[in-house]
Amino acid sequence: MTAPTQTRPPAPRRRPGQAREGAHRQAAGARRRRAGIVRLAALLLSPTLLALALVVGYPVLAALRLSLTVTEEGINPETGLIERSSELGTKNYTDGFQGDTGDRFLNALWNTTTFTLATGALVTVIGVVMALIMSRAFRGRGLVRAAVLVPWAIPTVISALLWKWIFSTDGVANDILNTKILWTTEGFQAWLAVVIADTWKTAPFIGLLVLAGLQLIPAEVYEAARVDGSSAWRTFWRITLPLVKPALVVAVLFRILDLLRMFDLPFVLVGPRKESVETLSVLAWDEMSNLRFGPAAAYAMILFVYIAIVAYVFVRVLGADIIGRGVQGRK
Amino acid sequence: MRTTNTRAVLRWLGILAIVAYCLAPFYWMLVSSLRRPSDQFSNSLVPNPLSLDNYDAAFDPRNGFARALVNSLVVAGSTTVLVLVLAIFAGYAIARLDFKGKGPILAIIVATSMFPGITLLVPLLDVFVDINWINTYQAMILPSMTFALPLAVWNLTAFFRQMPYELEEAAVVDGCTPGQAFRKVILPLAAPGVFTTAILAFIATWNEFIIALSVVNRKDMMTANVILSLFTGQYRYDQPFGTQMAAGVVVTIPLVLMVLFFQRRIVEGLTAGGVK
Repeated sequence: MTAPTQTRPPAPRRRPGQAREGAHRQAAGARRRRAGIVRLAALLLSPTLLALALVVGYPVLAALRLSLTVTEEGINPETGLIERSSELGTKNYTDGFQGDTGDRFLNALWNTTTFTLATGALVTVIGVVMALIMSRAFRGRGLVRAAVLVPWAIPTVISALLWKWIFSTDGVANDILNTKILWTTEGFQAWLAVVIADTWKTAPFIGLLVLAGLQLIPAEVYEAARVDGSSAWRTFWRITLPLVKPALVVAVLFRILDLLRMFDLPFVLVGPRKESVETLSVLAWDEMSNLRFGPAAAYAMILFVYIAIVAYVFVRVLGADIIGRGVQGRK
Repeated sequence: MRTTNTRAVLRWLGILAIVAYCLAPFYWMLVSSLRRPSDQFSNSLVPNPLSLDNYDAAFDPRNGFARALVNSLVVAGSTTVLVLVLAIFAGYAIARLDFKGKGPILAIIVATSMFPGITLLVPLLDVFVDINWINTYQAMILPSMTFALPLAVWNLTAFFRQMPYELEEAAVVDGCTPGQAFRKVILPLAAPGVFTTAILAFIATWNEFIIALSVVNRKDMMTANVILSLFTGQYRYDQPFGTQMAAGVVVTIPLVLMVLFFQRRIVEGLTAGGVK
C-alpha cells in the first residue's frame, strides 16, 4: 500500500525590494509589512468565518443542546391540563437503541450504511471504467464530456421523479424487463431502485474526476511498462491505479460523505416513513417535521459523528489529501 | 493491424455506451414530456403525435410553477452573489497572503461542507420558527451558504494560487499596498475563476431541496424543486408524470445549456478540488 508521494517544488522565498534596503531598515520594514499582511488576512477572512460560525458553528452546538433536551408530556394531576416539561438528559439518544424507536433508528442506520457501501462500490467501479474508456484522445471529446455532465447537472429531485416514472408499474423499466415489479413500494426492490438512480447520477461524475487524474500520468510511464513487457491488466493494477489513487480517493470520499447524508432520492423516489429506504437524514427530517426536535437533533448528531469518523478514516488511513493544493506552494 | 482496428471499434463502442448511459434517462424525460397526456403510458421511443399539453399543464396557474421558478432564481442567484463576495476575499487571503494557520483555517472551511444538512437544519428551523422567518427568502438563502460558501472558497483558493506571484510583487514594487495589489491587479485577472465558481455555486443552490422543503410551507414561496415534488396535476392519473416530466425539463434545461457551453470550465472547477 505504498502510494507515490507527491513532490512539491520548493518555493523561493523572496521579498520584493530586499536588495535595495539596508539591514536595519529592512528588518523593521519586514516586520511592519508582516503585521500589515496579517491584518489584511484577518480582515478578508473574518466575513467568511463569521458567516460559517453563524450558519454552521451555532447550529451544531444548538443541535447538541436540543438533542440533550428531553421533553415529556404529561397530565398535571391538579389542573388536569397537558403540560410539557423539559430537562437535560440522554433519553433522546438511548431511545435510538431500544423499543420501537430503537428499531426504526437502527433500521435507518442500516439503510444509510448499505446504501453507502453498495452505491459507493458501484460508482467507483463504473467511474473508473468510464475514465479508462475516455482517457485516449478522440474527436468529439468535448461533446462526450458535456453528455457525461448531464446526470450530474440534473437536480436530484428531478432525477428522483424521472426514475419514479421509469420505475412506475406501467413504466419503461418493467416494459424492458418484461416484469410487473412494484418498484417504488416497500421492499428490497425500492432499495435497489434508489441504488440504481443514485449510481446513474453520480458514476459519470466520478469518471470525470478520475479522468482528470489519469491525464496527469505521463505517457513515458506507460511506454516503459510496455517495453518491459507488462500486460495491460498488470499495467492497470501496478501503474494506473496507484498513480490515480490520490484523485480517486478524494472523489470517492466526497461521494461517500454525500451518500451518508442522502435525503432527496429516497424521499422523492419512494417517500418518507418507508422502512426499506429510510435513511438517517429522512428519519431525522420526519421527526423534525413532527416537531419532535429532541429526537431529530439526536439522530442528526449521530449522523454527524458517523460522517466525521468516516472522513477521519479516509484522511488518515487512505491519505485523502483534501486541502493540500490550497495551501501548498509558497508558505 | 487487425488488433488496433478491433481496439478502436471497442473504444468507440465504449464511448457510445457511456453517452447512452448518461443521456438515455434524460431522453426519456424529454420524450415523455412531449407526449399527449392520453399517451402517457405509451413506451414508443418517439412521441407521436408531438404535443405540448404537458407543458401547458405544468404552467397551469393552480400549480404555481412559474412563481416557483422565480423563487428558485431569487434564492440561487442571491446565494451565489453573496457567497462569491465572501469567498473572493477569503480565497485570496488563504492563497496569496503569508500568515500562520492558513492550513487549519482552510481545513475548517472545507470540513464545514461535509456537515450533514439535517444536523444544521433541525436547530435552524427551531430558530426560524421563533423569529418568524418561515416562508421567507432569507430562511432559504442563509442555510444554503453552508454548502455553497466552502465550495466557493475552495475553488477560488485553487484559482488564486495558480496566478503568478510576480504580479503582486511587481505591484508592491510600484508602491501598491497589499490591499491595492489585490484590488487593482489580482481581481481583474481572476474573472474567469470567479465565473467558474459562480456556475458551480449556482448549480449547487438551484438543485438544493431539503432546506427549501423544510423552511417554507406557503405555496407562493416554494422553489421549483419543492413544488415539483408536490404536483397534483389536472389530469386524472394517480401521479401526473407527464406534467412532472415537462416541468422537470424546464428546470433542467438551463443547467444542461450551462453544461454544454461551459463544460471545459466546469470540469476544470470540479477537478480543481480533487486532483492537481
